[in-house]
Amino acid sequence: MNQMSKYRAPFLFGLVAVAILGTGFLQSWNSALLIVNMGLVSAVMALGVNLQWGFAGLFNVGVVGFLALGGLATVLTSMPPVAEAWSAGGLRILAGLALGAATLTLAVITFKHMQKSRTRTAALLVILVGGFFLFRFVFDGGVAAVEAVNPAATGYLGGLGLPVLLAWPMGGVLAAGAAWLIGKTALGLRSDYLAIATLGIAEIIIAVMKNEDWLARGVKNVIGLPRPVPYEVDLQSDPAFVASAANLGIDPVTASTLYVKLGYMALFTVVLLILFWMAQRALHSPWGRMMRAIRDNEVAANAMGKDVTARHLQVFILGSAVCGIAGAMMTTLDGQLTPGSYQPLRYTFLIWVMVIVGGSGNNLGSILGGMLIWFLWVQVEPMGHFLLGLITAGMADGSALKSHLLDSAAHMRLLTMGLILLLVLRFSPRGLIPEE
Amino acid sequence: MDFLNAVVALSNYVVVPAMAYGSQLALGALGVTLIYGILRFSNFAHGDTMAFGTMAVVMVTWAFQAMGVSIAPLPTALLALPFGIAICAALVLGTDRLVYRFYRAQKAKPVILVIVSMGVMFVLNGLVRFIIGVDDQRFGDGARLILSARDFKKMTGLDEGLVIKTSQGLTVLTAVIVVAWLYWFLTHTRSGKSMRAYSDNEDLALLSGINPERVVMITWIIVAALATIAGTLYGLDKSFKPFTYFQLLLPIFAAAIVGGLGSPLGAIAGGFVIAFSEVTVTYAWKKVLVYLLPEGLEPTGLVQLLSTDYKFAVSFVILLIVLLFRPTGLFAGKSV
Repeated sequence: MNQMSKYRAPFLFGLVAVAILGTGFLQSWNSALLIVNMGLVSAVMALGVNLQWGFAGLFNVGVVGFLALGGLATVLTSMPPVAEAWSAGGLRILAGLALGAATLTLAVITFKHMQKSRTRTAALLVILVGGFFLFRFVFDGGVAAVEAVNPAATGYLGGLGLPVLLAWPMGGVLAAGAAWLIGKTALGLRSDYLAIATLGIAEIIIAVMKNEDWLARGVKNVIGLPRPVPYEVDLQSDPAFVASAANLGIDPVTASTLYVKLGYMALFTVVLLILFWMAQRALHSPWGRMMRAIRDNEVAANAMGKDVTARHLQVFILGSAVCGIAGAMMTTLDGQLTPGSYQPLRYTFLIWVMVIVGGSGNNLGSILGGMLIWFLWVQVEPMGHFLLGLITAGMADGSALKSHLLDSAAHMRLLTMGLILLLVLRFSPRGLIPEE
Repeated sequence: MDFLNAVVALSNYVVVPAMAYGSQLALGALGVTLIYGILRFSNFAHGDTMAFGTMAVVMVTWAFQAMGVSIAPLPTALLALPFGIAICAALVLGTDRLVYRFYRAQKAKPVILVIVSMGVMFVLNGLVRFIIGVDDQRFGDGARLILSARDFKKMTGLDEGLVIKTSQGLTVLTAVIVVAWLYWFLTHTRSGKSMRAYSDNEDLALLSGINPERVVMITWIIVAALATIAGTLYGLDKSFKPFTYFQLLLPIFAAAIVGGLGSPLGAIAGGFVIAFSEVTVTYAWKKVLVYLLPEGLEPTGLVQLLSTDYKFAVSFVILLIVLLFRPTGLFAGKSV
């Protein structure tokens, strides 16, 4: 095994830093900071996926679902509760959900405690079908009542009205809870089946968030989420801030936008560093060595007395929780929850590209992959425009081919990401910063 | 009379659409299951292969339409299909040569191949969007209906009409022909037999002198043909939009897994199981029940179990249930 040069990681990180600084000098510092902020969030997502794939070899392609749950947590934690909606049908919805859960629990208990027979099948059918209609009867009434409350502005139950920073751990908890449920049912499956199962479950989570308006307004979106940093307008009307901006020689509007983005950057960096430190400690602990042993040879690890299924469940929950935290951070940064924007290509497969390119099994690699791939994702489009501009420069103006090519530049990024992934897998299969 | 009306309403809104959709899923799932059986990985790029093949068909169709070639009342796309298949086969063979062969020679783990297919998926997705754009493209022409509601009502004197679109009839007919041909090919030809042998036991097949590269090549060509046909039929039935094809990956995989990955029979059964459950669970049953139930007991709501937005959810609930109780699918599939 060839020893990795100790200068490799600093060099690669330096390269990303130069690229971002270049964006700052050539385009604008606002776009550079935008890339950094989303890059930091992407790095957290990549850390989460790396926990599952790099540490334990779990093939989870439902990342987008956990991100969406983190986003949902932001709404549920930070938005003020809608009192009118609660009194209209909040309790009825809760009762309906409780009935649904009770039906499922009863069905599971019946299934486990009765002998396999016709009677059991019949009993299960009665419980499930009866429970379903009872659930729909109670639940639908509540939903209709809640969604009728001022549908243009609210029409949902609202949140708890807590500080938005609390939403980040809440996102982790919500995602962890979902991961526990999913892991209990799906983790026994082999790798390919697990992949399809997670892909489907993520799709279900997104479908629920899009359609259940009482929960978070569905595709009507929740906008104007509270922010952990001050608002630009407030800064601009603050004389002290305007004075210090003038001292630095920047106009107050630019200064306020930069100040807000720097605030987010500081918060995200703190979260990333904490999670990175925890992931590093986990990797180098006996627990981390056990995980890698299970990853490399499940049968041998099992023979050594390691409980493979339980460990898989554990790391699946941990990784999903990290993704949930990242999802909450992203929604906080956007200031709005838009369920329609959760696309698997963008939020599942792109994160996978980050992990593989960075180096699976290496936490530092995941952070690098997150920042680098995010930078490319943003910048490939202008590069594509430039490139196609060069190619089509010689063509006659107004020709169909020329305008088609120029219009298609936006689709260059998917192509480029695929090529990067294929090239890395082929020529540097262990990633840019390989596992130690 | 009421009972007959109920049957017709049910056929019109559930059976006919589900038959067509099921045939499309079955053809897609056959492609997935063949790759799993022979090349031993789940091909995430299959949806985008379908999109690429269909795109080729669409463009050839447009060329034919511009030249005035037509086989009315059948859609011109049928004439373009062989060209589309050839283009798609060239693409997948090229991909295999450039990408997959390297990992096959290395005997890479299946999960690595799945990740590689993710890369191919990105590239194909970008390529299709690059060439034809992201918008809906309609390319169907020829007669639109085989049976119109008015004719049916006149023929039978019932209140309910039955509509069969040309695309639906064509879909089912084509699917039957393709599946019959594939069955004959796999059981009666030398190449088909060597494919099955290779899928059952690779080492033994190699020992008896089967050329693996040839088996792989034939598999890719068949897969390209299946993907292009499935995609074109889906596009004729609904419309061609690259993103929809990426989303089709989910029900197609569900169909292949429910049937048992690696089992061609299972893929067909799985396709219909998924299609019928999606359609029945998201159908508003009010119309049928109004005919069947005595007056007074008629439902007031739509009697729709789940809104249509949850149709993908349905396939996955079925997938999970099947996997929990029969981990290798209905027709014992294989697992690598």
